[in-house]
Amino acid sequence: MTAPRPEKSDRPRVLLVDDYPDAREMYTEYLEFSGFEVIGAGNGVEALQRAVDASPDIILMDLSLPVMDGWEATRRLKADNRTAAIPVVALTGHALAGISEGAKKAGCDAFVTKPCLPEDLVREIRKILDAPDASTNKKARRSGRYAKSS
Amino acid sequence: MPVPAAALVAVAEPRRAAARRNGTAAPYTGVPRVRVAVEEGGDETDLLAARLRLLEGFVARAELSDCTQLALQWLAEVLGLTQAICLVRPEAEQVLYVIGSYGIGGSAIASYTISLEDWNNPLVPAFIHRKEIFFPTPHSAADRRRRPATPFEDLPFHAVPLGVAGFGEDAFGLLLVGDTRPLDADFHWFTSVLGQRIDQILRQQALTEGDRRQGRERSLLYSIINAVTDPILLTDTEGRLLIANARALTLFTASEEESEGRRGAVRMNNMLLSSALSSKAIEETGATRRELLLVNPVDGSDLVFELLSTVTEDPRQGSGVVSILRNVTDLRRASEEIEENYRKMRIAEVQARAESDRLNLIIDSVADPIVVTDAGGATSLMNEPAERLFTIPQLASEIEQRWVQANDAHFSSFIAGMLVSADQRRVGEIGLVDPKTGEAMPVEAIAGKILSEHGELTAVVTILHDRREAIEKARLYEQLKQASDELERKIQAATADIAQQNELLRRQAIELEQASALKSQFLANMSHEFRTPLNAMLGYTSMLLQGVAGSVEPPVKRQLARIESNGRHLLTIINEILDISRIEAGRMPLQLSTFRIPELMGEVKAELEPIIMRSKLAITLDVPKDLKPITSDRQKVKQILLNLLSNALKFTHHGGVTIAARFAPRDRRLSLSVTDTGIGIAPADQERVFEDFRQLDNSPTRAYGGTGLGLSICRRLAQMLDGEITVQSQVGRGSTFTLTLPTKGRK
Repeated sequence: MTAPRPEKSDRPRVLLVDDYPDAREMYTEYLEFSGFEVIGAGNGVEALQRAVDASPDIILMDLSLPVMDGWEATRRLKADNRTAAIPVVALTGHALAGISEGAKKAGCDAFVTKPCLPEDLVREIRKILDAPDASTNKKARRSGRYAKSS
Repeated sequence: MPVPAAALVAVAEPRRAAARRNGTAAPYTGVPRVRVAVEEGGDETDLLAARLRLLEGFVARAELSDCTQLALQWLAEVLGLTQAICLVRPEAEQVLYVIGSYGIGGSAIASYTISLEDWNNPLVPAFIHRKEIFFPTPHSAADRRRRPATPFEDLPFHAVPLGVAGFGEDAFGLLLVGDTRPLDADFHWFTSVLGQRIDQILRQQALTEGDRRQGRERSLLYSIINAVTDPILLTDTEGRLLIANARALTLFTASEEESEGRRGAVRMNNMLLSSALSSKAIEETGATRRELLLVNPVDGSDLVFELLSTVTEDPRQGSGVVSILRNVTDLRRASEEIEENYRKMRIAEVQARAESDRLNLIIDSVADPIVVTDAGGATSLMNEPAERLFTIPQLASEIEQRWVQANDAHFSSFIAGMLVSADQRRVGEIGLVDPKTGEAMPVEAIAGKILSEHGELTAVVTILHDRREAIEKARLYEQLKQASDELERKIQAATADIAQQNELLRRQAIELEQASALKSQFLANMSHEFRTPLNAMLGYTSMLLQGVAGSVEPPVKRQLARIESNGRHLLTIINEILDISRIEAGRMPLQLSTFRIPELMGEVKAELEPIIMRSKLAITLDVPKDLKPITSDRQKVKQILLNLLSNALKFTHHGGVTIAARFAPRDRRLSLSVTDTGIGIAPADQERVFEDFRQLDNSPTRAYGGTGLGLSICRRLAQMLDGEITVQSQVGRGSTFTLTLPTKGRK
């Protein structure tokens, strides 16, 4: 939030939802450093509010959130016409099988496992935004490899 | 044949010549002359002529009385013995009768006879013993008593027996000659000639009489033998038929007019008879009995005869065989029938005996007492066990006797009840006493009535069954049942206990499951909680290294790089621990899909591209073009290959790494191998590399990164896929790790 707000047309707007402030701050710093405009939210309810208010280009959604979790927030985002078109990238420290399926079911377009290095996250975001159809999430799933490889 | 008659010639004194003239004999004119000639000194020629004349006279006369008269007349005229009486004994009579007299007339002659049974008459011994006796004139009464009463009265006379010459020949007549002179040779010639002639005549008479009688007897005999229904035959020694009765004729003779069959039968019969009467048979003396089989010429049926042959010896006619055939056909048939019946009876008897023996054996072999009682209630049969109960043994004590008597009384009353009842069967219990021990012996009595064909009661069979054993068994059974019930209760209790234990175990299992789930959840949470700070640490380190917050000095950069590499290592450890715990908790299910190997290999290579780039090693993919897609858990196969490849890259400094796929049609398995030209593994260590947290260099400052969990996870994953991982390696030359798995995996 310390970074200056660039023009909307120049800088893609990212809604970063994470209840862990260090992570939120780190990613925000790096995303702004990488040329993104970042709006933060600490829980699902806040995320819904911000998504409607700021209409971001992409939403990075941590799944374990207080008040309203990421799955529920995603379902509501996808159910709302104003926000349904915004790609949602699930970002979670959970590595158990079934998490990614649950995220997909809730409407997430991509799935990224934490820990995720800031530069990797930026690469993932760019991939989604550069795709002809922003909601194409096929390639986005590749970002799960940190959890799988040694 | 005895000579039938005797004659007595009495020669009287010449002075009785008057009487001679009254006789029937014709006068012989030449006799006195002859007599004179003899007396005059022997004119032999005249005497011979007189003898010749007598013999001629005899030849001319056939009647006994004529010959006698001629002879007495010749005696008077030639020898001068003028008083004579001739007596003859008819056959089979004991009396001598007068057959002629000379010189004595009157009624005295007609009624004169001599009884041969009158032994007081001295003439009888003279006749019997053929002795001439002279009776002189009696001088006293005593003399008179010694003389026989004769027509000569007191005149002296000779008694001369008449008979044929020869020893042993009996006299047949007596000649009484009244004269005192001794008898000379001429007289004896006369008596012998007269005796012979009388004998001849008597014989002829006897013969004629005999012929007539024989004729009558023969016809009678024939009618008798013809009346006999058995064939009777007389054959000569050659077997020719001499005499046969009517029955025999039908068997052995046939005329020309009769049928050929009948004649054939007769021929056959003759042959059979001849052979039966063979010389051998004839040689045997006496009667022989044999069987002779003949053919009935009338109907051709077989006839069985008993042949009774007797050899007869006749000096005049020669030998012959008298055969009597007794028809024994019916007899034989009857005898055969009797024999057959007897045989059947014997068989039946044997069978009956065998049956009876068997029955006895059965009855005796039954351990239970069996008693057979007749309709009157008397015991007719019992086996040995029954005898022990109901008969008083030898040397039984008084008490034993009483026990047996009591048993008998109980049994009798049971049988009596059975006999009066209409029941066919009756089952009852009798309280007997064991005659050995006196112990109470309750028996079950099963009695059945045996009825004859007419429904009459013939017997009652009773089987007694000692109930003591059954009672004892029942008692034991009860005990057993109690024990069994007890056992069952215990088992039920134990079962309940076990069920409780099971329930406990089940709960424990659930708890364990829950614990396991909790553990998994805990691990998941831990993983999440580890990752979140680690995420921030790695992120900021990365940012520092990238100089997001301003450039850093090289020594700081090196230190930041150490932080980053240890952070990554920590992340890997966290991930692998999570993997192992997921596998062990069964929370890594198989997800089968069909996929192609080359694409999978491409993905693996792509994911490790940054490391490959850094390593500067040549990576070769060796996949046959015709390799078909396989069905397995794609994610797990990929994870294994990623691990094997990253290991290969890690431990290889120059050369290259080859990833190869091969299909073995024999067992339909696919092998995926990763071959490097790295440092290799010593044989002793080749198995250990699969153990948890195992790296060959365990030093804290080891040259190679990694947790040491990779291969152990790979082996676990391979097992889940029904596959295996093997290693071939040579130190300094390189290693080949091979994953072999089925092309059609199963859940």
